[in-house]
Amino acid sequence: MGIKGFFVRTGIYLLVPFVFIALWGFIARHLANDVILPDVGQVAKLFMKPTESLISMGSLTTNVAVSLVRVLAGYMLAVCIGVPLGIIMGYYGTVFKLLNGFLAMFRPIPPLAWVPLVLAWFGVASLATLFHIDRGTAYIYLSNLKFSMIFIIFIGAFYPILTSSIHGVMGVRNIFLDSARVLGANHWDIFRKILLPGASPSIVNGMRIGLGVAWMCLVSAEMLPGSLSGVGYLITHAYTLARTDIVIAGMISIGMIGAFLDLFFRIIENRKFVWTRLTR
Amino acid sequence: MDKADKMNSEPVIKIRDLKKTFKSNNGGVIEAVAHVNFDVSENDFVCIVGPSGCGKSTLLRMVAGLETITSGRITYRGEDVSKPRKEIGMVFQEYSLLPWRNVIDNVALGPEFLGVPRQERYDKAMDYLRIVGMEAFSHSFPHELSGGMRQRVAIIRALANDPDVLLMDEPFGALDAHTRILLQKELLRIWENHRKTILFVTHSVDEAIYLADRIMVMSARPGRIIDIIDVNMDRPRHRSDPIYGQLAEQILAVLEREASVSFGNANTEKMTEMKENLCLN
Repeated sequence: MGIKGFFVRTGIYLLVPFVFIALWGFIARHLANDVILPDVGQVAKLFMKPTESLISMGSLTTNVAVSLVRVLAGYMLAVCIGVPLGIIMGYYGTVFKLLNGFLAMFRPIPPLAWVPLVLAWFGVASLATLFHIDRGTAYIYLSNLKFSMIFIIFIGAFYPILTSSIHGVMGVRNIFLDSARVLGANHWDIFRKILLPGASPSIVNGMRIGLGVAWMCLVSAEMLPGSLSGVGYLITHAYTLARTDIVIAGMISIGMIGAFLDLFFRIIENRKFVWTRLTR
Repeated sequence: MDKADKMNSEPVIKIRDLKKTFKSNNGGVIEAVAHVNFDVSENDFVCIVGPSGCGKSTLLRMVAGLETITSGRITYRGEDVSKPRKEIGMVFQEYSLLPWRNVIDNVALGPEFLGVPRQERYDKAMDYLRIVGMEAFSHSFPHELSGGMRQRVAIIRALANDPDVLLMDEPFGALDAHTRILLQKELLRIWENHRKTILFVTHSVDEAIYLADRIMVMSARPGRIIDIIDVNMDRPRHRSDPIYGQLAEQILAVLEREASVSFGNANTEKMTEMKENLCLN
């Protein structure tokens, strides 16, 4: 293989992005209008100094960090409710019948459609309101976690996680349950040692999709009133100031972080669930 | 359970007037098992043979406590069996090892459920792996093993709980003929060394004669015990032994007569098919 082989192999991944960037640069220079399409260099400059404060609303890295914390808060909530509920619904037919029809009605509603209702309910209340903190460092962090945002992100992540947990449990072969029962498993053993590991490939897949959706809900969540930070806010605010280079830099950050999170889950899937590909 | 208690003549498993019905999809009632009566005594190796779909697996699942009883009784040493219990182990035909656990974690599963401390249950699992000569595979995953090896592990997984009774539902049904004979020998060796009471379901007359002290012949659905045959041959048994052939003839005749009753004489096709099934396996 050697060095030449290495370049050929990496080259195939980089070819299309390279052509894309070249095309972008060409069109940008041709248009010569920063508001419609800034040049590649302008955007790249923003990434060279990611910690520098932009249009008086914090740096790219701070905003990305704020967004990540928000997504993780809503996402964790979705995992904590979606996974156990999905396992229970997948295992107990009665619970499934009881809840599935009801939950299915809410599934097609886009997270963005919840915005008016969510604002009526929570307004600009945040975790800071919940803990009665109105000053200090804790306030700065907690006031960034608005209930309305967490809710929108939660709704986005919840359904993929719930659905895949239900299907994961339903897909666990009966023979595993029977043999565990014969070996003396109680209900808790069945849940923890049979259903959870048996359904985990599907659950993790749902968690991966859920995180992707949660991340996509970010921009809509950060457009809500009371938001003064985050990549979503950075993008919309930069748009009003006609700073298209910051808009694009924000979009690229969202894309890269999303792809990175997805990769993280794919690595887990490949490491942990070799058996799913090899059994049957 | 102390020795004296085990030695008394009370059967280990007692089945009385057992009946099982299912609701079919079109709302009718299917009778799977009816009027089943028999006992299994201490250290007996009992085989149940019968045509496919005669309810023999259902019967075994009821003894395991995995299936509800429609009417009648199953008792284990005088106590009603209504749910699985640790004294009754089971080996299934389907591959039942947990694919996300390696071999030793699978074998240690039963003791884990019963709360045996970690070190103790792994020592025990290793001992059982040695019995079947699979200690080198303790950290392999089920998908890395052959069918015969998987069933060996499934058997010792059931044994690791040290059950009193071992129920086996066509455990060698999915294996090729050579592996099957090998595992039959191995099972007899384990049974002789560990003295368990075994109730073994098969649709192979040959397998039943090779293994059993007593053979229960079951009818087509609804499954009933239509004949009980004692196999008075010393072990190891040889398939070339004339008694072997006579017993096979005898059992096949019973099954054939049964088939002609239940399907009518006109349906000879079904009969031949059944006979072929029983002989070839």
